[in-house]
Amino acid sequence: MVTAAIQTPEAPRVTGASLDIEDVSHGFELDGSVLEVLDDVSLHVAPGEFVALLGPSGCGKSTLLRLIAGLEPPTRGKLSEAGRPIAGPNPSRVVVFQDPTLFPWRTVRRNVAVGPEAQGTLKQSQQRIDEALALVGLTKFAKAYPHQLSGGMAQRVALARALVNDPDVLILDEPLGKLDSLTRITMQAELVSLWRREGFTAILVTHDVEEALFLANRVVVFSDRPARVKADIPVDLPYPRHRGDPRLAELRRQVLGLLGLDADW
Amino acid sequence: MTMSDIPSPSQGHASAPHLTLADVVPAVPRPLVDVVGLVAGIAWLAVVAAALALEDVGDWPRTPTFAAAAGLVAATFIVLAIGSRWLGAASRWLDRAALWLIVLGLFFTLWQLASAKLGWLPLPFFPPPQALLEVYLDDFPRLGVSILASVKLQLWGYSIGAVAGFLTGVSIGWSQRAAYWVHPVLRFIGPLPAGAWLPIAFFAFPSSWSAGIFLIALATGFPVTVLTWSGILSVNPAYYDVARTLGARSRFLVLKVAIPAALPHVFVGLFMALGTSFSVLVVAELLGVKAGLGFYMQAAQGWGDYANLYAALLVLALLCSGAVSLLFAARDRFLSWQKDLVTW
Ligand SMILES: Nc1ncnc2c1ncn2[C@@H]1O[C@H](COP(=O)(O)OP(=O)(O)O)[C@@H](O)[C@H]1O
Ligand SMILES: [Mg+2]
Repeated sequence: MVTAAIQTPEAPRVTGASLDIEDVSHGFELDGSVLEVLDDVSLHVAPGEFVALLGPSGCGKSTLLRLIAGLEPPTRGKLSEAGRPIAGPNPSRVVVFQDPTLFPWRTVRRNVAVGPEAQGTLKQSQQRIDEALALVGLTKFAKAYPHQLSGGMAQRVALARALVNDPDVLILDEPLGKLDSLTRITMQAELVSLWRREGFTAILVTHDVEEALFLANRVVVFSDRPARVKADIPVDLPYPRHRGDPRLAELRRQVLGLLGLDADW
Repeated sequence: MTMSDIPSPSQGHASAPHLTLADVVPAVPRPLVDVVGLVAGIAWLAVVAAALALEDVGDWPRTPTFAAAAGLVAATFIVLAIGSRWLGAASRWLDRAALWLIVLGLFFTLWQLASAKLGWLPLPFFPPPQALLEVYLDDFPRLGVSILASVKLQLWGYSIGAVAGFLTGVSIGWSQRAAYWVHPVLRFIGPLPAGAWLPIAFFAFPSSWSAGIFLIALATGFPVTVLTWSGILSVNPAYYDVARTLGARSRFLVLKVAIPAALPHVFVGLFMALGTSFSVLVVAELLGVKAGLGFYMQAAQGWGDYANLYAALLVLALLCSGAVSLLFAARDRFLSWQKDLVTW
């Protein structure tokens, strides 16, 4: 299996890792009964692919991401990254959550440094930390504290904190969900160019159909809870994409239909 | 300067159509004399006058010293008020504090008259200010030893209690097993006022000094434990998720996530503990420990030396207030990342 290109220590990875989700079901114990959240979900993501997950709110998308991150084991089924079973969290798979969840007692730079610090590689990583800050355009705010940042800036810091680990898989759980629409459009473009440059595998949950179609190679649509895969739609359009592209509008209609919104608009 | 010297705005800016805020509201030059500061100086001259003008109704050898000290204070205020243009920071302080200083001057004048000169206040229970001054000047060795003893006892007790409380709080917040064993003990013994241990402590410990440390540590430990514990429990679980996906193990999670996140709570506990530990300190010294300000006050009351009592009380107030200031300074340092800190 061809997964990651052979790495040299300095050169950034060119290819992300593959993800295999096989027959995964998951439930939560709630007041003695079990709440089924994922129902027999199978999904295969190729190295370097950008997959967007869409589905009704509360159907289990975030839960699936937590399983991929290794934060919880699934009730049934198997998850693996690059052919190796996922047994726990690993900095090769980093999550950017809807809330930036920065540590308020750390400066921006020290927030970005959390990964290397936790992994014991802080000394070697100084330059990478600065690069990650530069990548999201926050070099000037290195010494600021989180409460001094706007929502968009905080989310950028969260992105830098993830990217500094040079992840094989970037897991994005509605990362732009709380931003105003202008910041959001800017950050969507930034995300695409980051992904194209760094080559990681990206898996994005969003509630915004346009965002999914603008960013992803593939859009996976889930059913109501318990979530099962309802449709898996390839988006074969070259990057950079244009929001006005008629083919995007056509796909948008198709996806909205799958989500139960058969509007003519 | 008379009114006619002040250029009216229309004249002054007739040729300057583009007004900025600075043109419209010119920086007010500091007045030649800080009038309120001057009044403060005069209020303190009244203290001097009250001390010197009338005969004392009792025997207070330090009356002239007191008058001289008040005179020095008055002179300082007057100099600062007159030189307010040149004396910078000190004069600005006078400007801010002036109203309080006036009130204090009037208070001392009244106190002087009511106790030493007119005998309105019953003696020996309400001695005049020069009697307190006499204590500070002539009984300083004994008072100084007492201050040192109190500070030492408080420092040891508070530090031991704070460290023990912090460690206990972190352990029971983090480990289910520690919580299983410690929680019932904490619930049963924690709310008991530390003073209730007093009789037991004084015979169970080898010295009244170690008993005092135990009591203060106990009074400090409980609030610090509870607040640290609740701080650890209220840490946003998303912080742990983020740290774990970035490769953090439990050591990092405790030391670099849980503890810093709980620190604001810990400081609340430390502040609460400071109050209770002071009251335990004084009670312990009043009732058993044979040193310290509490002991000094107890002895003073026994001998009817009320001036000594007030003098020691004043020192105690300064020490407590100083300790709170120190804790605030420590908090500002450790929690500088928080916005909207209360200032002290
Ligand atoms: N830790 C948990 N315990 C119990 N129920 C949970 C837990 N996490 C999520 N759920 C439930 O699982 C369902 C799916 O949640 P989630 O995956 O967050 O949905 P979404 O697709 O909106 O991201 C919801 O009904 C939620 O209430
Ligand atoms: Mg979600």
